[in-house]
Amino acid sequence: MNAQLTRVTWMAMALIVALVVGTTYWQTWARPGLAARQDNEIQRVQEFQVKRGLILGPERVLARNRVERRGGKTLYFRKYPQGKLAAHVVGYSTVARARAGLEKSLNGTLTGTEGNLGDLVERQLNDLRRKPIVGDTVVTSLDVKAQQVALETLGRRCGAVAALDPRSGKLLVMASSPSYDPNLVEKRFGEIAKITADCRPAAPLVNRASQGLYPPGSIFKVVTAAAALGSNRYEPGSGFVDPGYCIAYGKRVNNFDTSRPFGNVDLATALQYSVNSVFCNIGKALGAKRILDQARKFGFYERPPLETPESERYPSGLYRQGDLWYPERNSDVDAGRMAFGQERMLVTPLQMAMVAAGIGNAGIVMRPFVVEKLVSPKGQTVERTKPERLDRAVGPVDARDISNMMVRAVEAGTGTAAQMSGYRVGGKTGTAETGVASRNTTWFIAFAGRPGRRPEVAIAVVLEDQSSTGGSTAAPIARVVMEALLPSTANP
Amino acid sequence: MSARNRELLTLFLAGLVASAAFASAWIADAAQIDQGWLPYAALLGGVFLAGHLVARVIVPEADPTLLPLAALLCAIGLTFVYRIAPEDGRRQLGWVAIGVLAFALVLVWLRYDYRVLERYKYVFGVSAIVLLMLPSVPGLGERINGVKLWVNVGPLQFQPGEIAKIFLVIFLAGYLRDKREALARGRLKDFGPLLLIWGGAMLVLVQTSDLGSALLNFGIFLAMLYVATGKLSYVVAGLVLFGAGAAALYNALDRVQQRVTVWLEPWTDEKVYCTINGALEYRQNCDSYQLVKSLYSIANGGYGGTGIGNGTFQTVDGTQLIPYLQTDFVYSAIAQELGLVGAAAVLLLFLALVARTMRVALIAQDGFSKLLAAGLGFGFALQTFIIVGGVLRLVPLTGITLPFVSYGGSSIVSNFVMLALVMLVSNRAVRGAPA
Repeated sequence: MNAQLTRVTWMAMALIVALVVGTTYWQTWARPGLAARQDNEIQRVQEFQVKRGLILGPERVLARNRVERRGGKTLYFRKYPQGKLAAHVVGYSTVARARAGLEKSLNGTLTGTEGNLGDLVERQLNDLRRKPIVGDTVVTSLDVKAQQVALETLGRRCGAVAALDPRSGKLLVMASSPSYDPNLVEKRFGEIAKITADCRPAAPLVNRASQGLYPPGSIFKVVTAAAALGSNRYEPGSGFVDPGYCIAYGKRVNNFDTSRPFGNVDLATALQYSVNSVFCNIGKALGAKRILDQARKFGFYERPPLETPESERYPSGLYRQGDLWYPERNSDVDAGRMAFGQERMLVTPLQMAMVAAGIGNAGIVMRPFVVEKLVSPKGQTVERTKPERLDRAVGPVDARDISNMMVRAVEAGTGTAAQMSGYRVGGKTGTAETGVASRNTTWFIAFAGRPGRRPEVAIAVVLEDQSSTGGSTAAPIARVVMEALLPSTANP
Repeated sequence: MSARNRELLTLFLAGLVASAAFASAWIADAAQIDQGWLPYAALLGGVFLAGHLVARVIVPEADPTLLPLAALLCAIGLTFVYRIAPEDGRRQLGWVAIGVLAFALVLVWLRYDYRVLERYKYVFGVSAIVLLMLPSVPGLGERINGVKLWVNVGPLQFQPGEIAKIFLVIFLAGYLRDKREALARGRLKDFGPLLLIWGGAMLVLVQTSDLGSALLNFGIFLAMLYVATGKLSYVVAGLVLFGAGAAALYNALDRVQQRVTVWLEPWTDEKVYCTINGALEYRQNCDSYQLVKSLYSIANGGYGGTGIGNGTFQTVDGTQLIPYLQTDFVYSAIAQELGLVGAAAVLLLFLALVARTMRVALIAQDGFSKLLAAGLGFGFALQTFIIVGGVLRLVPLTGITLPFVSYGGSSIVSNFVMLALVMLVSNRAVRGAPA
């Protein structure tokens, strides 16, 4: 019997050795794959054991930690002291609903999982000492006071405000209305779902400043004007005859106010008073592709660069059946209507703020950024964002000409509501009609600065479902927000 | 050094290791350094010291590694059960004490000659079948987690399957010793009782829908049949029969089907039918939830583990991540907190226990003793394989206990009874058969 016994013994031992092999497989070979799985709560718990870095405005705390001990572990949950003021930029980091905003896109930095070798070694040592991992602090450029002004002026209206420093691309305001309190996301999400505003659906979680795609209406004339001047076929003094309408593809397209045709006008005056027929004719003469190429130089057809998650930034351009679309031939597009911002053109406020900033900044569009610097737990600046040029959108002379036209529009044109004493303000209004009288999308884009200096702020304001014009609805908001921004930027 | 002195020394070493482990679990739980763990460690030490003293008197020549191995496994189990559910940990300590008492009682009861058991082999055989059927008796059995394994006797609950396993080994050892020559010659009529066992196993499988213990009992049977007859063809035939039987029943046993599906494909990219709530879910969130969470737990251990008390067994909001963690899934807790190094060490303890038990079978002089020890030893190995292999997704997962480690009274007590039997065989084998 002993021969059989020996064999059975080997068999029994082989069974247990197989278990050692199996354990080795899961703990070494398969480990990274399992750790990366979405439903792996252990990884989730470990993420909450990390002391996340703070998110700061220049002078306010936007996100900090709330420490809680649960089940023998110290866990760090988020608290957003500014509530809804910076919700769309900062986002949230919760157990129940994953992450959004900078909390999502900068998760690696905030949890200290990205960094140099020295940091990683330090972190391993801390781990051995059972000290929590501490992430880097993110300092943003958001002006919380102006942000508050923007949200308060927007009130119950749905819309967004995006404001940049044209000289650097620094994002100063990114407000979307209605906003939500990120502190409610974890346990009282129902309250967010119940938020109402003057539009349906209210969609408070959407960042309308970079995710809102709206027909631009007349603010797109700035892009058309840039294309016109860039083609060298037009100059500010080029003359047109305005019959009050324009025939595009056999259809008559009226000016906003058909009762009063302008007759003989030049390009500058046409922008000042937003004469549709002039831009319609320019569009037909230039062709759609030429205008779209100009738009591209402002950043259209790309997601505007920013540190927020890619999924929260949409590219501007022509859309067909919900998809971004670039026409192959000029004849695919009604260039006349596109030239004054209709056709299937859809834009985001962030993109249009970049257009205003490019014109104001002598034709150079700076790369937008909202993260000024990253600071290590020890207080050292790890990384500071350097202003970077995105593209030269227009030549310096053309930029000067277009800004002069925009200044005229504010001094004595459609945008007079944006005038500010002591500042040179250039702007362009937009009213995109939807066919229903009370459902216009109204716009105002502008730049402003002290006379004789480069503009210090560029802004885009959009409002949904308005019965009035951009000049009377959006321009006043732009003025109030710029007023909130300028004293602080004027006296550094 | 005498065998018993070596046992005492090894027990002492095991006690040191176990105390360190238990102290860290205690300190992690209390979140401060104190000596609250000492009484528990002392109590457990005392229990095993008592067991040792009984062994010293009754089985002085028995293998000295067996009791310390069992003690260390028990202590590791206790540490983790306490770590996961302190209340269950305290109860488990009581069960270990009762287990060692049962160990001592068996030693005392069979102090002259355990081979008297052979005389009652048919009694054991019949009792085994009866015990296995008990949970199916209406009003007596209770179905927990889809499996009928439990019997309620007054306020007490026990798993008769654990005791049935021992009875089955005793019956087979007696029967096979008797009939081995006849069986080896292939006399058909001697296969009658064996076919009866196969039929019984199938019947029990249908009644309890517990594939795990059916597989365990049948595996022990085949191993002992092979040891007795030396015919590999019988083993193959037995496996084919079992496979065929299980396959034939496959369609009738929803639960077995579900286990196999989960084993083959625990993760799905698309929502599939969920047997728990009847809705469409990702399988990892439904039927294979437990297995998948347990694999995450094991993987999280890595080479070195998180350290005792530092593993993650709860979600952020404090709910238990893996159901039945302290019973069926205790291994995934061990693997996370001790890592590959520690989990492999625990498996090596089982390897040592199995190897020493098989060694007892090898040096035993009579057929009954050999078969008894071999059955018990292979039983330890196969049971470990079925549950840990299930947790590791080597085989379909079936809920049985990890010997000496898992939380559960019936399991602990029956494992100590098995240990006592092995030590009795060992003592006799070393001492040589007295007249």
